Amino acid sequence: MNKVLTIALPAGIAIVFPLVMHALDQQFYTSFATRILIYAMAAASLNLVLGYGGMVSFGHAAFFGAGAYIVGILAVEGVSSLWIAWPAAIVVAAAAALVIGALSLRTRGVYFIMITLAFAQMMYYVFVSMKAYGGDDGLSMPARSTGLGVSLSNDFVWYYLVLVLLMIILYLLHRLLRSRFGRVIEAIRENETRATAVGYPVYRYKLLCFVISGAIAGLAGALIANQTSYVGPALLHWVQSGTLMIMVILGGVGRFWGGPVGAVVLLALEELFSGTPLLGDYSLHWQLPVGVILLAVVLFAPQGIAGAFSQKSQ
Amino acid sequence: MLSLKNLSKRFGGVVAVDRVDLDVAAGEVHALIGPNGAGKTTLIHQISGSLGCDSGEIRFLEKDITRLPAHERVRAGLARSYQITSIFRRFSVLDNLALAVQARSGSSFSFWKPVAKETALFDEARAIASQIGLSEKTESVAATLAHGEQRALEVGLALATRPKLVLLDEPMAGMGPEDSQRMIALISRIRAEVAVLLVEHDMDAVFRLADRISVMVNGRLIATGPPEKIRMNAEVRKAYLGDELAA
Repeated sequence: MNKVLTIALPAGIAIVFPLVMHALDQQFYTSFATRILIYAMAAASLNLVLGYGGMVSFGHAAFFGAGAYIVGILAVEGVSSLWIAWPAAIVVAAAAALVIGALSLRTRGVYFIMITLAFAQMMYYVFVSMKAYGGDDGLSMPARSTGLGVSLSNDFVWYYLVLVLLMIILYLLHRLLRSRFGRVIEAIRENETRATAVGYPVYRYKLLCFVISGAIAGLAGALIANQTSYVGPALLHWVQSGTLMIMVILGGVGRFWGGPVGAVVLLALEELFSGTPLLGDYSLHWQLPVGVILLAVVLFAPQGIAGAFSQKSQ
Repeated sequence: MLSLKNLSKRFGGVVAVDRVDLDVAAGEVHALIGPNGAGKTTLIHQISGSLGCDSGEIRFLEKDITRLPAHERVRAGLARSYQITSIFRRFSVLDNLALAVQARSGSSFSFWKPVAKETALFDEARAIASQIGLSEKTESVAATLAHGEQRALEVGLALATRPKLVLLDEPMAGMGPEDSQRMIALISRIRAEVAVLLVEHDMDAVFRLADRISVMVNGRLIATGPPEKIRMNAEVRKAYLGDELAA
């Protein structure tokens, strides 16, 4: 019963949300919710390596941003079909994860954090220096991707497409985590030495996990490019990696719903405190109340929000 | 079965393992004893592949495995336990053992089918749990087990890989007499199926279990032979056994 509820409730809310907003004539929030869904996917991909694989990657924006840029660059070059652009984004992000992972996974702990951060910043500067594609300013896409027979510029259609993709990704992750591969990944997080000593080639499992995670982040990147029809280097900046990490920590490291819950809560708090209705002129300093809430979560619910809920239900 | 030739390991200026020759025969319990710091654990690390060799050769089942990665040595039938308990602490006893069984039965690059449906894995894990005396504890989280039970699980993880030779690094470390008796009984039960290289300080256990004993002092093997010969060996008595057996 409880299990059905944890899936049916968020899915139900997500499905009726745009209809309610339409009825209330608040279409802005449909677009805002789409952004949340995209970040939920990106955060879920980070949670796979960070929470389940125990690899604290501080460079996840590299794959998110690479996916976005591929879609943006292809759009500017006249390739707008999502059947080409989105798989290309996934493949390029996965390839980037393969190269970065292959080198970074030879290190552990703080060194791993620093080397993934360094690689992501290198990617950031590569895109900043690409003057042909906007450099610092980023680039605008002529329109959202095409290829489904319906116009994705309709915010309703766009919202539901993103929702379907997120549900597919979450289902795939759910299967993956219960499969043999998922068990091995968690075993490596628990005790890498012992995982080797019972016969697992640990490096290969970690690398594959890293690549899968990068591929999903690439898809999320392809979606975020379409969300605003704009791609900028800020998507690859280390602050973006930090934001994804905060979402995972807030939602629950190694909790299935950790990524999505963190994305919803962080973006909703940001929206709440940065809008003028609540705080008036003080909304300029919205980071302060968000920071206080983050502190409270880390102090009082170290397992994150999803973790706190699942403990109560037990 | 296992044969070390001229094996050495240096850490800076310290020679931890110094030109060691050692053989473990099939069906044998071979004990490796020596004072603290003699290099026993370093040697175990080298045989299991978690440390490299500066010189020398390791042969296992007629094959040179000196440069084989650790996980492939396990697949070849060479498993180990650790002196400091190394288990999957947040997993249940059953999941611990099932993971070790999974490592040698089919590919684990499988992403779709739930593990929970693979009853064969868990049946075998249960069989090992009963072999190591933990059949009542299969659902307990490993971290909550008593020390002696964790040590048993430690050995169980090595056995679950179905090894031909198992390296046991001080399996009785930190155990009271009751747990030690249980561990001795366990090793006596498995010796029919698997050869054992046993590093242990508990001399009672060593002399009860071992077919042959090798003595290591300052990185060198100073004697190898059946227990009664080692007991009488003057050099060994001087270097290590000394007072304990003279009494």
